[in-house]
Amino acid sequence: MSGWTADEMMTVTAARSLAGRTSCFVGIGLPSTAANLARRTSNPNLALIYESGAIGAKPTTLPLSIGDGELGETADAVVSVPEIFNYWLQPGRVDVGFLGAAQVDRRGNINTTVIGDYRSPAVRLPGAGGAPEIAASCRETIVVVRHRPRTLVDRLEFVTSLGFGDGPGDRAALGLRGRGPIRLITDLGVLEPDPSTCELTLVSIHPGVEVEAVRAATGWPLTVRADLRVTEEPTVAELAALRSLTTRGGGVA
Amino acid sequence: MYNGKPRAASYRKSMFIIIDAHGVWFLGWLLNECSYSAQTGSRMAELVSLAEGVAELVHDGDAVALEGFTHLIPVAAGQEIIRQGRRDLTLIRMTPDIVYDQLIGAGCAARLVFSWGGNPGVGSLHRFRDAVENAWPRPIEIEEHSHAGMANRYVAGASGLPFAVLRGYVGTDIAKHTKTVATVTCPFTGEALTAVAALNPDVAVIHAQRADRRGNVQLWGITGVQKEAVLAAARSLVTVEEVVDELEPRPGAVVLPGWVVTAVAHVPRGAHPSYAQGYYDRDNDYYQSWDPISRDRETFGRWLDEVTAA
Repeated sequence: MSGWTADEMMTVTAARSLAGRTSCFVGIGLPSTAANLARRTSNPNLALIYESGAIGAKPTTLPLSIGDGELGETADAVVSVPEIFNYWLQPGRVDVGFLGAAQVDRRGNINTTVIGDYRSPAVRLPGAGGAPEIAASCRETIVVVRHRPRTLVDRLEFVTSLGFGDGPGDRAALGLRGRGPIRLITDLGVLEPDPSTCELTLVSIHPGVEVEAVRAATGWPLTVRADLRVTEEPTVAELAALRSLTTRGGGVA
Repeated sequence: MYNGKPRAASYRKSMFIIIDAHGVWFLGWLLNECSYSAQTGSRMAELVSLAEGVAELVHDGDAVALEGFTHLIPVAAGQEIIRQGRRDLTLIRMTPDIVYDQLIGAGCAARLVFSWGGNPGVGSLHRFRDAVENAWPRPIEIEEHSHAGMANRYVAGASGLPFAVLRGYVGTDIAKHTKTVATVTCPFTGEALTAVAALNPDVAVIHAQRADRRGNVQLWGITGVQKEAVLAAARSLVTVEEVVDELEPRPGAVVLPGWVVTAVAHVPRGAHPSYAQGYYDRDNDYYQSWDPISRDRETFGRWLDEVTAA
């Protein structure tokens, strides 16, 4: 391996995926790190939108929360919370929603609510926040998680935010306008939905990672695309920008 | 200290003092009283101490909304509710945050209505988790929504409507466990949309940068859902960084006129460890230090002893 960590590879890959976008609705934690890196590397003009009401935030340090003071102070506009959801997110104005998750299943559905029974959970997670409507209404969503068997699971016990439901056609049948999760970026590789089944399949593997390690860390029988790529290593400039940003070590999922 | 329901009595008393001193206004007062009688908050806000405000406005069993989205969280007011030993509260708040972790751990809450219960950027709210997972220190009932749903519930409450309409919750499991989410059909297009029930708390508590002596309140920066929470609630308590003679207009500020606010209390740093833009920054180190305090029942107990002794 070389002079970067798996987390840095993941964050740099996620930031690259925001190239060419106009606006990004930013979730807390890993997605926020990547979205802020994108503004310093692949997409300086990217409008970062936070559910606290900050539109076009340009923080100089990585925010710990989605409502840190610098987000509001550097934003093009600050609106109320009802307005950010009703006027900005709901009509489908935002290009990409950037989400983290406690669990993702093979069709990109997300759980951030509970592990175990809802009424007496083994682990009570924070809950939905803005994610269900971000996943529904952004034109596309990108999910960023660390690749672990307990995180990438076959089926969810609780769907907090919808990906592709049970498969092709589910989103359209439910009247959702956004395309759904077009990419899942982890610290081992990149997964994208198969066009015919909507199942997340491995399209790119990070340098130094073995396919078997990815399979072992995935909770369903992972399909590897025939044209599997190797992700480009982080550049010196990307790493420098990321390290100057992560004063606290990359956020929390 | 107040007990019982002194609000109307204390209001009339203060008005009579004014009338005694300015008898010429007596008729005007009567007319105002009559024309306002159908509304809530029919007089200028009272300036009170935090202890008086909580004693007067927050009662056992109330539905209480302490709002402030990351910014301007009324943490000092939450701790005063703990000190006064309120019980069986329904706590309403989009992001429970440290303020509700403290109230839940102190055993003040019977129910929690919320949409995201984490320590932002740090991890879990351990007192919240202990209550939900282990019913400690007492069982807590939860009513769970998304942020968009909660925000719209306050909008409906503030608007005098029984519900709000949005595109939300579709395909998720949230609605299966939450009775205040339903489907409605658009009468114009036939489209199925999501309805969420209005939130009308007994009392809303918020923190703001400033108020003037007549109780007009001004807040700016990230203003969250506080305006809606105050307008949706039957009563409201606003803690402020500063009480000034006159509010200087500020672009983008939310102003709540004194006649929709029940009481204002001067509580400098009342939002710490969250922040008050223009006064102090978010204390991110405190948010991180809260994790080990709340993780363990004993360390939390020591924290609680210190707060209640203060």
